[in-house]
Amino acid sequence: MSLLLSIQNIGKAYRVYRSESRRFASWFGLPAKPSEEHWVLRHMSFEVHSGEAVGIVGQNGAGKSTLLKMIVGTLKPTEGKVQINGRIAAILELGMGFNPELTGRQNAIHALGLMGFNAEEVHKIIPKVEEFSEIGEYFDEPVRTYSSGMQMRVAFAVATAYRPEILIVDEALSVGDTYFQHKSFSRIREFQEQGTTLLIVSHDRSAIQSLCDRAIMLENGLVVKDGNPEEVFDFYNAIIAEKENSTVEVKQLESGKVQTSSGTGEAKVEEIGLYNNKGDAVEVIGVGDQVELRVTVKVCQEIETLVLGYSIKDRLGQVMYGTNTWHTEQIINHPQAGDRYMFKIAFPANFGIGSYSVQTALVDRDTHLTANYEWIDLALVFNVININKIFFLGCLWNESTILIEELDK
Amino acid sequence: MFRDLYKYRNFIIQSVRNDLISRFSRSKLGGLWAILNPLSQVLIYALILSNVLAAKLPGVDSQYAYAIYLMAGLLGWTLFNEIVGRCLNIFIEHGNLIKKMSFPRVTLPAIAVGSCLINNLFLFISMLGIFALLGHQFNMAMLWLIPLTLVVVVFSLGIGLILGVMNVFLRDIGQVIPIILQMLFWFTPIVYPVTIIPEVYRHWLNLNPMYPIIDAYQQILVYGNSPQWEGVLTILAAGIILSIVGLFMFRRSSAEMVDAL
Repeated sequence: MSLLLSIQNIGKAYRVYRSESRRFASWFGLPAKPSEEHWVLRHMSFEVHSGEAVGIVGQNGAGKSTLLKMIVGTLKPTEGKVQINGRIAAILELGMGFNPELTGRQNAIHALGLMGFNAEEVHKIIPKVEEFSEIGEYFDEPVRTYSSGMQMRVAFAVATAYRPEILIVDEALSVGDTYFQHKSFSRIREFQEQGTTLLIVSHDRSAIQSLCDRAIMLENGLVVKDGNPEEVFDFYNAIIAEKENSTVEVKQLESGKVQTSSGTGEAKVEEIGLYNNKGDAVEVIGVGDQVELRVTVKVCQEIETLVLGYSIKDRLGQVMYGTNTWHTEQIINHPQAGDRYMFKIAFPANFGIGSYSVQTALVDRDTHLTANYEWIDLALVFNVININKIFFLGCLWNESTILIEELDK
Repeated sequence: MFRDLYKYRNFIIQSVRNDLISRFSRSKLGGLWAILNPLSQVLIYALILSNVLAAKLPGVDSQYAYAIYLMAGLLGWTLFNEIVGRCLNIFIEHGNLIKKMSFPRVTLPAIAVGSCLINNLFLFISMLGIFALLGHQFNMAMLWLIPLTLVVVVFSLGIGLILGVMNVFLRDIGQVIPIILQMLFWFTPIVYPVTIIPEVYRHWLNLNPMYPIIDAYQQILVYGNSPQWEGVLTILAAGIILSIVGLFMFRRSSAEMVDAL
């Protein structure tokens, strides 16, 4: 694991001068103080090693693109240093600089030149670009005749023609048809296996959790969280819900996982437990068992409406199932301070073998964005084992009957 | 900076070629337009002004002298005008690319100069053709055009870079420079001979940096003389200084340039 990228206390300021002549004067070393400095990002440091896959998350304006531009090198940090050992390729500029009058081939040659490859390297890789993009004879037609998906294909093939040490993947990846998406994803994974470091920017939790082994969350130009993706996304959700008087609490569970809870505290989960059909509290259940999730909620302050939401997540944090009492039309109206409710949620445990967690949310309506009384990730953890079912793979118990008909014998 | 230029030499050559291809790819006459444009200008001036001015052109007895004189001046002016004009907007034009991709930005003016030079070469060749038709033969003095072209490139690149960098931050420059260039064109003896300027005012011409250059073009192409080097060398010196200042400003501004684009 060699150090590939090292961000050392970088900051970026946009400077406004009272007049542009002062700016010109400042280049010639004359003392000209900018009248305004606007820091979009400051005191940011982290390191990335080879083979890591790092997701970068954060709300709009958190500084993600500024950071990426500084890593790519188009933007120079005002202070601090970005150190890179190896070549960077970015899929965020897909199709950038494509000239519509030129053919796909000419554009590919041009773009590879722009990336700094010499004539020989370009010449050698062009057939592979043509092959990977799979657009057939169109490769020698002007790009203006392309559909946007075809343009994307060529652009992706060019950007990933040679394996870079660092590959930056933007949301842009979700364009193109499903077939090509799979193809490009498998190329990215292939690179990763060969040691390429991935930096992925996305709001898509499942994309990041399936590709990344680390996530960094930015907020107001600072790294506020750096850890495993599940933990960071839980924190991210909590931050989104954060309002006035709201608190975010993070604590380490016995299992080593990190529980994030947040909320304004008008209502709280007092107790949560999973019970089997005999009424005993259990932590281990069998596939297909009928179980009941009991959540006791206490109202601490008078509120308009109370809605309980829950979801069951697998070990990677992917949601297996989740709903809330808004959708089931069981909203509690005008609960008073001191009221207590028990929600009994019964369901069959039709899950595959593994460890699952329950996340709860006490909110006012269908999302936690308008009011978030309390949000707890990893409120409860349980294990599913296969006791009496036939062997199966996957995270869903979806028992089938297989009928074999003899056609010719 | 110069190492980057060398490393990206293939890219620059490729880009100059792409520039030509894309400009003419969907026009029937293709590359001919690069020549037809200045030549039609020659035709217009020749038609309108030849009767007024032809008589006053000293030292040449050909009836087409005025047309040749015009073309000589325009060959030099077009190169200067084109390089300054391209450099002026080059960073703004490629703003998106500069913001998104990391590549040596110094290649951009290099590409611009490259494609301007190719255009100028085409123009020169077609002018030679017309000269031959008008009975004006090729002469060895025309070889002086090679160093002279270099002087024009250095001078106009220097001016273009300085203005191009400033234009990113102060967009008024992009608007005002074409006007100034237009004025400079008419203050330079290109469509008229120096002799029509009254003697009393003629020394003002020495303040015009394009005068020695255009004069050199006319000396070479019209009279077959070697140019007056004193003036040309002064411009070369000025061009070198301007280019150094331009490159210095380009380097100093490159961090802030992306912010302003």
